[in-house]
Amino acid sequence: MKTYAVAVGKALALGAMALVDIALVALTLFAFLLTFGLGMIFVFPPTARLIRYRTAFARRLTGSWLGTAVPVPYLPQPLPARPQPDGWYRHERQLYKTPRWPDWNNRWKWMFGDPATWRDGLWLFLNPAVAAALLLLPLTLAAGAVLASRSAVPAAVSPLLGGAAVVALIAVPHLLRGYAWWNRLLLSPTAKSVLAGRVQRLDQVRLATVDSQASELRRIERDLHDGAQARLVAMGMTLGAVEELMDKDPAAAKTLLGKVREASSTALVELRDLVRGIHPPVLAERGLGDAVRALALDSPLKVTVTVDLDARPDSPVESAAYFSISELLTNAARHGGAERVSIDISSHGHALRVVVTDDGAGGADPSLGSGLRGIERRLAAFDGVLAVSSPRGGPTTATFDLPNALAEKRRDSRPLPRGKAIIVGICWGLGWLPLFPQGLVTMVMKIIDTEHLSWFLVLYLPEPLQWPLIVFNISLGLSMYVAGIIIPAMHSSRRRMAEVVPARLWLGR
Amino acid sequence: MSLRVVIAEDLYLLRDGLVHLLQAHDFEVVAAVESGPELLKALIELRPDVAVVDVRLPPTFTDEGLQAALAARRAIPGLPVLVLSQHVEQLYARELLADGSGAIGYLLKDRVFNAEQFVDAVRRVAAGGTAMDPEVIAKLLASTVRHQPLGALTPREREVLELMAEGRSNAAISQRLFLSESAVGKHTASIFAKLDLVPSDDDNRRVLAVLTYLNAARG
Repeated sequence: MKTYAVAVGKALALGAMALVDIALVALTLFAFLLTFGLGMIFVFPPTARLIRYRTAFARRLTGSWLGTAVPVPYLPQPLPARPQPDGWYRHERQLYKTPRWPDWNNRWKWMFGDPATWRDGLWLFLNPAVAAALLLLPLTLAAGAVLASRSAVPAAVSPLLGGAAVVALIAVPHLLRGYAWWNRLLLSPTAKSVLAGRVQRLDQVRLATVDSQASELRRIERDLHDGAQARLVAMGMTLGAVEELMDKDPAAAKTLLGKVREASSTALVELRDLVRGIHPPVLAERGLGDAVRALALDSPLKVTVTVDLDARPDSPVESAAYFSISELLTNAARHGGAERVSIDISSHGHALRVVVTDDGAGGADPSLGSGLRGIERRLAAFDGVLAVSSPRGGPTTATFDLPNALAEKRRDSRPLPRGKAIIVGICWGLGWLPLFPQGLVTMVMKIIDTEHLSWFLVLYLPEPLQWPLIVFNISLGLSMYVAGIIIPAMHSSRRRMAEVVPARLWLGR
Repeated sequence: MSLRVVIAEDLYLLRDGLVHLLQAHDFEVVAAVESGPELLKALIELRPDVAVVDVRLPPTFTDEGLQAALAARRAIPGLPVLVLSQHVEQLYARELLADGSGAIGYLLKDRVFNAEQFVDAVRRVAAGGTAMDPEVIAKLLASTVRHQPLGALTPREREVLELMAEGRSNAAISQRLFLSESAVGKHTASIFAKLDLVPSDDDNRRVLAVLTYLNAARG
């Protein structure tokens, strides 16, 4: 009973909102008239933004009230205009002194060119009608029926009216589901925009990766230049001096040689530290598990490491995971004041999952700490996602997934599910039966009009059924063979397709 | 009688240098190999008095040398092996010490620069002793710094503990720290009392006790 009451309440509220939308539609129409009729294009962005507020609200309600999550479909907002080296801002072939106009132009293009804007508009125009038909009409009917049965009507009609009211009430939750479907149809992103968003994100990630790699190389160059290289130069010079002194003052030469040896040791130490920062030797020698164990041994904290991996990820992925764990461990010691840390590395389907938990003070925030941002950037290059849960007072749990880190090794190793395998077996095993004896051969027999009915079962049937059944048998046999080919083919390609292509591309949404 | 030694190192210059260095100090180099499988074969067949082994060897250039040394020690328990590496890891030190039979060395390659100390370490390992790189010990102590009983040591005792963990005898420690041997003896007794370990006169067993203790304190 309660669920129905809630459903009716939701339906009424959503219906009322849709009625308010009529005013919004009028306003939008007016704005469009101004934009396209009179060329007042500055009216367009505020209108589009108003519509977006409305649809954002509808998306939220569809998610929280109707239980159908509707993702936000818009293309990513354009980046703010950046000045050229000469300080001017460029937009297409025009130059501007301030970023105002390029920014405005970009925003305009962003809103105008985004199909989601127009889908939003379409939704807004149709929503009053759809909501009225789906939500308000049955409720009005039910209310009308109840009112009518109260007033004087023939006794025979009144139970009928009551029944109609009950049916309308029972239908409400289903109608709400239909309404949610309608919202999702127009308000969720199209496959195109999902792809566009993904391309733009990959672009950004690529930029960040190239950027951080370049700065890493610069750091290594600087370290080598100021460290080992400089020391080697100094050693060469000292050795020259030793050569000079050898005969005149052997004692001084010996002291200098001692210095050279010291310098070579220092150079080695610096090179070792540098190598550790680029690619830790244990990681190269033993892989992620042991590298993290070595890291744990060197840490001042009490660290427990559990590793459950049956394949070794690719080296770049391993390296990203290693340095992320290293950074998380450093954070736990430096900021969290933790004493115990547990690191869990496991495979999760194709993904590599790492969970780092410490008993520190908590309060870590990815938006504040540059360390966590660095980890996010590092992981983003591999589509990795970092999730940090860190309430004040601890404990802090950082989890990251690197999807497809282990996929290469396992691809296509999974066999066909049993149900599908049986279907494929039946198709191949029995496909000949309808196709040849009951289909093609029967057809030939029918055409030459033989008296021998023998095992051509169709020919025993009444005349008008014979041709349709022959055609049906032939097509049944053919489709069995086609299914026998397509099901296994789909199985191996589908998963690979599913990894790269958004769902439901074929519906165009 | 000169000690028979097997050398495994893939870089020609370094291998040659090691051969000359050890020959100059009266060792007999019975084999100088450059890959893991060769090393294992040489160790099993020749049974040298001591082996000097680089961790990273062909064909995989991972920890081939370490694995070969461990395998040889499984076949011939207590075979003295001195492992050299460009970097030292507690993880590897633990694996080398795990069988508890001593006669193990683990040093940075840089230590070869100081010929005296290096040869001394090789002899120590050949005699069944231990030679741990100071950097391993420093890392071990750094990561156990919060552990209570270690905090109770005086700075001097800590110094003695470090040298002891590297595998040095009382005589060597006293020379190094400019103390009398009896003073070092007193310090070690005090360390053993504070750490609750059974004192032992045997240098090697003493070292293993200390290393085991430190590893255990790591948790």
